Amino acid sequence: MSTEAHVHAVDHHDDHGHHHHKQTFIDKYIFSTDHKMISKQYLITGLFMGIIGILMSVLFRLQLAWPDKQFTAYEIFLGKFGADGIMDPNIYLALVTIHGTIMVFFVLTAGLSGTFSNLLIPLQIGARDMASGLMNMFSYWLFFISSVIMLMSLFVEAGPASAGWTIYPPLSALPQAIPGSGAGMTLWLVSMAIFIASSLLGSLNFIVTVINLRTKGMSMTRLPLTIWAFFVTAIIGVVSFPVLLSAALMLIMDRSFGTSFFLSDIYIAGEVLHNQGGSPVLFEHLFWFLGHPEVYIVILPALGITSEIIATNSRKPIFGYRAMVASILAIAFLSTIVWGHHMFVSGMNPFLGSVFTFTTLLIAIPSAVKAFNYITTLWKGNLQLNPAMLFSIGLVSTFISGGLTGIILGDSALDINVHDTYFVVAHFHLVMGISALYGLFAGVYHWFPKMFGRMMNKNLGYIHFWVTVVGSYGIFFPMHFIGMAGLPRRYYTNTAFPYFDDLADINVVISIFAFITAAVQLVFLYNFIASIFYGKKAPKNPWKSNTLEWTTEVKHIHGNWEGEIPHVYRWPYDYSKLNKDESDYVIAGQDFVPQNVPLQEHEEEMNH
Amino acid sequence: MTVFLVLAVIILFAVAMWQMSKIFKLSQVKPKDDSQVANDNDNRIQGKLMLGFLVFFYIFLIVGFWKWTKVLLPQAASEHGTDIDQLMLISMILIFVVLIITQFLLHYFAFKYHGKKEQKAVFYADNDKLEFIWTIIPVIVLAALIIYGLFTWTAIMNIEEDDDSLIVELYAKQFIWEARYAGEDNTLGKANVRFIEGVNTIGIDASDPYSADDVPARELRLPVGRKVIFKMRSQDVLHSAFMPHFRAQMNTVPGMITQFAFTPSITTEEMRQDEEVIKKVATINQIRREKSLDLAARGEETLEPYEFDFLLLCNKICGASHYNMQMKIIVETQEDFDAWIAEQTTFSQTMNPLD
Repeated sequence: MSTEAHVHAVDHHDDHGHHHHKQTFIDKYIFSTDHKMISKQYLITGLFMGIIGILMSVLFRLQLAWPDKQFTAYEIFLGKFGADGIMDPNIYLALVTIHGTIMVFFVLTAGLSGTFSNLLIPLQIGARDMASGLMNMFSYWLFFISSVIMLMSLFVEAGPASAGWTIYPPLSALPQAIPGSGAGMTLWLVSMAIFIASSLLGSLNFIVTVINLRTKGMSMTRLPLTIWAFFVTAIIGVVSFPVLLSAALMLIMDRSFGTSFFLSDIYIAGEVLHNQGGSPVLFEHLFWFLGHPEVYIVILPALGITSEIIATNSRKPIFGYRAMVASILAIAFLSTIVWGHHMFVSGMNPFLGSVFTFTTLLIAIPSAVKAFNYITTLWKGNLQLNPAMLFSIGLVSTFISGGLTGIILGDSALDINVHDTYFVVAHFHLVMGISALYGLFAGVYHWFPKMFGRMMNKNLGYIHFWVTVVGSYGIFFPMHFIGMAGLPRRYYTNTAFPYFDDLADINVVISIFAFITAAVQLVFLYNFIASIFYGKKAPKNPWKSNTLEWTTEVKHIHGNWEGEIPHVYRWPYDYSKLNKDESDYVIAGQDFVPQNVPLQEHEEEMNH
Repeated sequence: MTVFLVLAVIILFAVAMWQMSKIFKLSQVKPKDDSQVANDNDNRIQGKLMLGFLVFFYIFLIVGFWKWTKVLLPQAASEHGTDIDQLMLISMILIFVVLIITQFLLHYFAFKYHGKKEQKAVFYADNDKLEFIWTIIPVIVLAALIIYGLFTWTAIMNIEEDDDSLIVELYAKQFIWEARYAGEDNTLGKANVRFIEGVNTIGIDASDPYSADDVPARELRLPVGRKVIFKMRSQDVLHSAFMPHFRAQMNTVPGMITQFAFTPSITTEEMRQDEEVIKKVATINQIRREKSLDLAARGEETLEPYEFDFLLLCNKICGASHYNMQMKIIVETQEDFDAWIAEQTTFSQTMNPLD
């Protein structure tokens, strides 16, 4: 043991062999600085928040399908807000608000990017841990605190924040306007401020780690696409999250200290407020300066994950590696200059609308390139249809279906009539919600053996996939129609408009699909928990993958590799590469060449 | 009891899943393969399911269109609305062509190239020509769409007042719409929430000479064929004036005046005679009759039959009754409109009823 520790110390300056100390339970499972444990913490917290978010959607889908019926479920879950089985209109708005907040930030930002950036960045670039394990631990615990505060806000007297997840003032600033804008909104803002701090600590760590800690031979063009995606996502996060923090701080000041950043000329509850000169449009600009990059913060890691999984399971290199990297960079850059397409009818200058239409439709180009490259990767492959692969294919499908309607929403002239209708709800749920969730599921199925040392049950995975994939199209495809029929989103019931009476049936169809889809997530949950304890023990490299994480031992050790960190000699996509005379694979009888295998005799390196 | 039922369902569900996974396990050809990695058998089955899903996807599209296109909005009732509908149609056709082709390729490849032991994947990492093609095609198509869209947008949003245009203020507050016509001088008097008092519910500045002939109104009537310029204000929170039949929408923002303009091209009466509208109204009334029977059986109030009207809805979350913030819009001939507006009381008459 001691000789090994010595080798480490010489081999790698930041490995002091301290993993040989006996770890206490608290060190190992709670205040751990090990990136693998932190990633598990992120995943489990994210899944827990996801259960709450999905449960909320089940409740409001129940209300939307049968607005004139009473349900005991409301009384059970909503307490006084569901008295006599009737949902309070304010709590309906609170449900959609917190559903959005939880799913976007807590599940798809922290749960997805937090989990897999933490797990994969050190493992795939060949580092013993993150640049700063301590900062990483703080990042998780700040996320945990912000989750707790968000959950606490559900129990305040007047109800949680209910101004929509975009919390536009003045509605979010004035408790007179909606009860949820009292203590509930304060907790929401505090929770998000802490969340942003957590996200920044995490992102800075990811960036520094990718830049500085790559193993020998791991040039930027040899990075797996997962790492490219996580790296660029972290950069977008660092650029845009601080802007949301400033918006939140200004809103806190407007709410509590009498400033007028976003408020002006308001008469409410029988009196004129003193606020003068502020503009809600300013808040919308600040919010969407984060808000739009945020959707790419959500989807890029999912695209990175699927790039890796599709290549591995196709037994083929990802098609157009350079184009994939270029499109990630292009999407990231464009994502920061398109925020105005959420504001075409906000009252901002129409000329700005033209500019944002232009930049928005440009973003379709790199997105299209990615979709075509995925499809080409499948072409003439030898597809191993594992659950992770199915979810990756599902992601490409929903990314295309949802992305295409973006052409309509990004076009300012067309946006006028579908803005804030169910058409928008259908669009963004498919293109970022469902797609990113598929990315999350794909990642969990694929890297479960690495995280927990066991395999998940594939048959339960197949059931989970097929019901989910049919169910989610069943939910969101009909939604386009009710949106184009002119039905606004965030309506507690549509019965106030006889004009919408013929949409009631479609809402029932949507809700039934939603309940089935939500129920089948229990299969995943069961599979996940049962496999942690009783799953089949995983081999070292179950998917025959090239990337470095599969060169580590199944049993987790602090520092990842027992001996020397492997060196890298090739890109990660040498699947089914043939030798010089094309008689067999480069390594005879094995259709993959891991990154740490030196070039064989007469082998040419891919000039990608 | 309910809690017990819910628990029972969850437990039964778990048992069902457990049994299902057992059946799957037992149905494996080689019982020894419990690696949990897809084998040839899995690949074959899942590949076929991919093809099955593709068929489901297309059928779902067709059934969706067959059943649900009738709920969509009827023809546009404003002049610019037809341009928007035209652009929408072109974009939709484009979207569906791309959607059908790409989904086919994706799922068909997933079926066709499903893994087999002896099969070798083709090492195909790059093709600059192909990538150039599928970069340049979206560039061209999108450029065309962008240009078309921008022309339409600029035409709609370029609001120029001419002599003939009618100026109307839309005023939003939780959870009511109000309107104010500019009167004979066709100029709205100044207004601010600080002037709200008594009957002056929308805060018109009485000291502004332009305000005297303004006509506050609780219903929105518009003459057909004449450009209407809406100046919008909000008294409390953000609202959005959404008039889907006219393809018109603009947020109302406290502290600023936003504007939108359109020319109504079809009167309410004409719209009621529109074929699509007649069908839609018939369907709605059928639904309402069935519901009424149900309600009557329970001794509750029945629903009134529905007649088509243009709508102004609130489309920005604004509080508890956001779902019921509406105003009827009536489009009528210039003569009818003139007769109606002549009957209304002006602002100065409202403020000084004795004069």
